[in-house]
Amino acid sequence: MSRYESVLDLIGNTPLVGIHALSPNPAVRIYAKLEGQNPGGSVKDRIALRMIVQAERDGLLSPGATILEPSSGNTGIGLAMVCRVKGYDLKIVMPENVSIERRQLLEIFGAEVILSPGEEGSNGGIRMAQAIAAEHPEYVFLYQYANAANPQAHYEGTGPEIWRDCPEVDVFVSGLGTTGTLMGVGRYLKERKPGVQIVAVEPPSGEIVQGLRSLDDGYVPPVFDPAVLDGKRIVRLGESIEFTRALVNTCGIFGGISSGAAVAGAVKVARTMESGTIVVLLADGGWKYLSTGAWTDPIDEVVARSSTTIFF
Amino acid sequence: MPSFEVRLPTVVRQHAGNAVTVTGDGDTVGEVFADLVRQYPGLRNYLISDDGTLHRFVNVYVNDEDIRYLGQLDTAVVAGDDVSILPAVAGG
Repeated sequence: MSRYESVLDLIGNTPLVGIHALSPNPAVRIYAKLEGQNPGGSVKDRIALRMIVQAERDGLLSPGATILEPSSGNTGIGLAMVCRVKGYDLKIVMPENVSIERRQLLEIFGAEVILSPGEEGSNGGIRMAQAIAAEHPEYVFLYQYANAANPQAHYEGTGPEIWRDCPEVDVFVSGLGTTGTLMGVGRYLKERKPGVQIVAVEPPSGEIVQGLRSLDDGYVPPVFDPAVLDGKRIVRLGESIEFTRALVNTCGIFGGISSGAAVAGAVKVARTMESGTIVVLLADGGWKYLSTGAWTDPIDEVVARSSTTIFF
Repeated sequence: MPSFEVRLPTVVRQHAGNAVTVTGDGDTVGEVFADLVRQYPGLRNYLISDDGTLHRFVNVYVNDEDIRYLGQLDTAVVAGDDVSILPAVAGG
């Protein structure tokens, strides 16, 4: 029955859709899991709800509490949606150079946006949020990068859904991000099917956007366990945009730029397989990236812009 | 021994005389890095940890695949392979 009492009940149970036309090998089938179907528009609705529910269970959140989180977009939007329903205040630390749609959505959902310097990239946003959290112990700092409820949301939701809908899965492909999706889905699927391969796709952002002053500013999320992965592939921004366009042109699926990167990674994996089934996770839809020109401008112009704008 | 042109991340170029790309010879990634460190000793701390493994905040790709899931620093390379070094950064 499609009748619900709260928008939060719509989170999860996203569909798998065949995108076999993009497979380089007809014996390798590729299914896309459309996380843009979540009510807040991305896979991050899952961890937003799960982290808040866990904090409530742990007695960390009480009515009127303020939540603080660093996010380049989707986690912030998911948290903002959940906070509206549950009555919490939300402050999101976000680099100033993310696409404008993300800031607009956060403000529509009632979050306060604190901008971090663009040249410090997403790592700079994390550092600033950590500093604010240290100054304000009264804020509830969920911190997706180290919060066990992040991979747990995928262990309890995304993973079982894939297993239920596609037990023939041989390879799961997803973008890296906090690594929560890969950790949770990877652990669940490997318990059910030990031979399944878990492959991460890393979409490198422009070096200026990374904002690294030294390599020690680099960041490996505490939730990441390298043993869960079987492979990690880099996908360049140009390839990501090519496949973002191929998704809509060939399959009618309007995904975000990281979805194009994930599909490009899945296609690289498919080239190495004789036969089998790949499930690739498309983290969000394309709506929040219209202002980047990813579908309309020459690809090399969009790639050049990536040195100053955060696309992921 | 094949030779590889490796593009350096911006933040480590100062340790290689501000070179954008450097060239090293070897049959494995580790050998190529050893050759780079011989030419630019300042690079050592940015590529290799004290225990001799790859630096934690560095990701190295051979033809777009992370060598941590291939043969680590023992990953074999042949002429024509693309070797890239990227710093680790967070998304989300």
